[in-house]
Amino acid sequence: MANELSETQKSQIGKQNKKGQTYTDPNHLFFKAPRTAAFYTGSEVIKEAIRRASVDVMVAYPITPQSEAAALIGELYAEGYVADYMRGESEFAVMGQCAGAAFGGARVFTTTAGPGTMRAMENFPMWVGSRLPIQMIVTCRGINSPLSIQPDTLEMYFLLGTGMLMWHAETAQDFFDWMLMGYIVSEQPDVHLPLALCCDGFFVTHTKDTVMLTPPEMCLPPYDPYRSPVVCMDMESPPVRMMRDPFIMKSNYISYMTHASWQEETRAACERSRKHTIPLIGGLIETENVDAEILIVASGTAVSQGREAIRLLEDEGIRVGLVKVKSLRPFPFEELREATKNAKHIFVPEFNVIGWLATELKAALPDNHRIIAGPHVAGGMTMPAEVIVRKNSDLSGVFGYYAAGVS
Amino acid sequence: MLKKRTNIRMSGLGGQGVVTSAHVMAMAANKDGKFSISNPFFGAEKRMAPAESYCRIGPERIYDRGELVFPDIIMVFHPQVITLQKSYTAPFYSGIKKDGLLIINSNSDLLNDEDKEHLRELNVAVYTFDGTALALEIAGTELASNMAMIGAVTGISKVVTMEAVDLAIQERFGKKYVASGGTATLDEAIKKKFAKKEQLLQKNMATIKKSYELASAWAESRKLAAV
Repeated sequence: MANELSETQKSQIGKQNKKGQTYTDPNHLFFKAPRTAAFYTGSEVIKEAIRRASVDVMVAYPITPQSEAAALIGELYAEGYVADYMRGESEFAVMGQCAGAAFGGARVFTTTAGPGTMRAMENFPMWVGSRLPIQMIVTCRGINSPLSIQPDTLEMYFLLGTGMLMWHAETAQDFFDWMLMGYIVSEQPDVHLPLALCCDGFFVTHTKDTVMLTPPEMCLPPYDPYRSPVVCMDMESPPVRMMRDPFIMKSNYISYMTHASWQEETRAACERSRKHTIPLIGGLIETENVDAEILIVASGTAVSQGREAIRLLEDEGIRVGLVKVKSLRPFPFEELREATKNAKHIFVPEFNVIGWLATELKAALPDNHRIIAGPHVAGGMTMPAEVIVRKNSDLSGVFGYYAAGVS
Repeated sequence: MLKKRTNIRMSGLGGQGVVTSAHVMAMAANKDGKFSISNPFFGAEKRMAPAESYCRIGPERIYDRGELVFPDIIMVFHPQVITLQKSYTAPFYSGIKKDGLLIINSNSDLLNDEDKEHLRELNVAVYTFDGTALALEIAGTELASNMAMIGAVTGISKVVTMEAVDLAIQERFGKKYVASGGTATLDEAIKKKFAKKEQLLQKNMATIKKSYELASAWAESRKLAAV
């Protein structure tokens, strides 16, 4: 069954927490509860999601552009909506402290971005191997020098291989819904993995947009740590046993086998998350007019810019379809093959210099000569819809931002 | 099809309330029942460093975000945007659309002949006014310069109603608002200037209204159409 609650969690439904919020059945909260419109920045929306998420612990490190979200959740802690809140001394420390809290049975939340994410990187595969269902917001800002604090999704490329669940939100609305839904998926016993919920910093976090919010008096049922598929903090059982005294040190067949099979299992757990994720976020991809010969396939706010480009192209009489990739891990292989089967040209606009989504697509889709990587903007540059339009009308070449954007 | 949209680019310096202005304009449009999005663009938060923000207003859902490369309206909050090239595009009016509007907060004419020729070719209306002097005169602080700018753009373009601006100002300054460290410090600074929050709201609105009236009269004298 998808998205089941444990008996302990079910027994909490209808009861109130100390703030007077009612623990609400997630499906009711997501799909039936009344919603009201708010005009908020993405950071404010992150706060509103956490208000409703029954989070036990947040560890904060205020790297730009996540500082407002971290500070706003500090307010929630002061108001009593988050059980515990602390500031880590570095990004690396934050992620270790998150692990500690999750090992101890808490529902954990943190935010990160750019160079901080890179600094903390060692922790993410450890979270995966330890099956810690931590939710980490990545408000992407790029990682390269010269420094940028504007949206650039390069850090996501490095997260792709960590084994974490990875979703890429387009809007603050995605963010609000997916933060709450993310905990439900992450905490399933057959998944029980951390989620990197990514968005493009500034374009989502600092942008004011209309968001439909669930009632503040309803919240998620609390985390039930007994749903963990591995024993909590048991020094003699995997995975802690392996960290304390790595089998690999013994250099025998069993040690390698244990290690290899556990990696297989964590990847399998990621794949198993599909059945929980699909009914909640409405599929791993979203499609529009995929019978068109030209498609734009994108994730994050590149989807938004694609939507604007499609409007402009429509004015020129060119029909273009759209595929929004919502989940990157698990990667929607079958869904993408089906959605792109009619396409002759597949454009992949991205907010990073390397084009990691295009690389993923080229490995996944048949006849990958159809895939035209780009346009790419990097270092926080904007991708005006006009640039995507120019890329569309120039099937052969690479169009730089300056060539098309500023004239 | 892309429906008529008003794209406003605001260029100023850190500390002038450029980000706040875009948020207020977008909130006002939202209260008018229009679709709107506002987002800022700045580097490390630093006084006097270039800061830009963008406000998009239209009759249908807006997806577009990020730096506004092709604006209908450009608002220059500080002379240094022009004289020291403190904007994210060069020249500061790069990308402005035909029949656009340029609003400059300055007590003198900062445009050279080349600028004027380019803007004339595109039929861009240029409104230069001393918003900071107006803010000092009415609110008693140059920190209200952004309010004068909001009044000016509303007066000329009528892109939002004054009722909606009033509501947006109340929402922004009337309740507890958590922003980044730099913005919070500025908010505290201006609150100290006014004994009561009501006084802050009233002075802000008075500045906006006066600027609105002056700009409306200017637009009428030039027979400029509202957007």
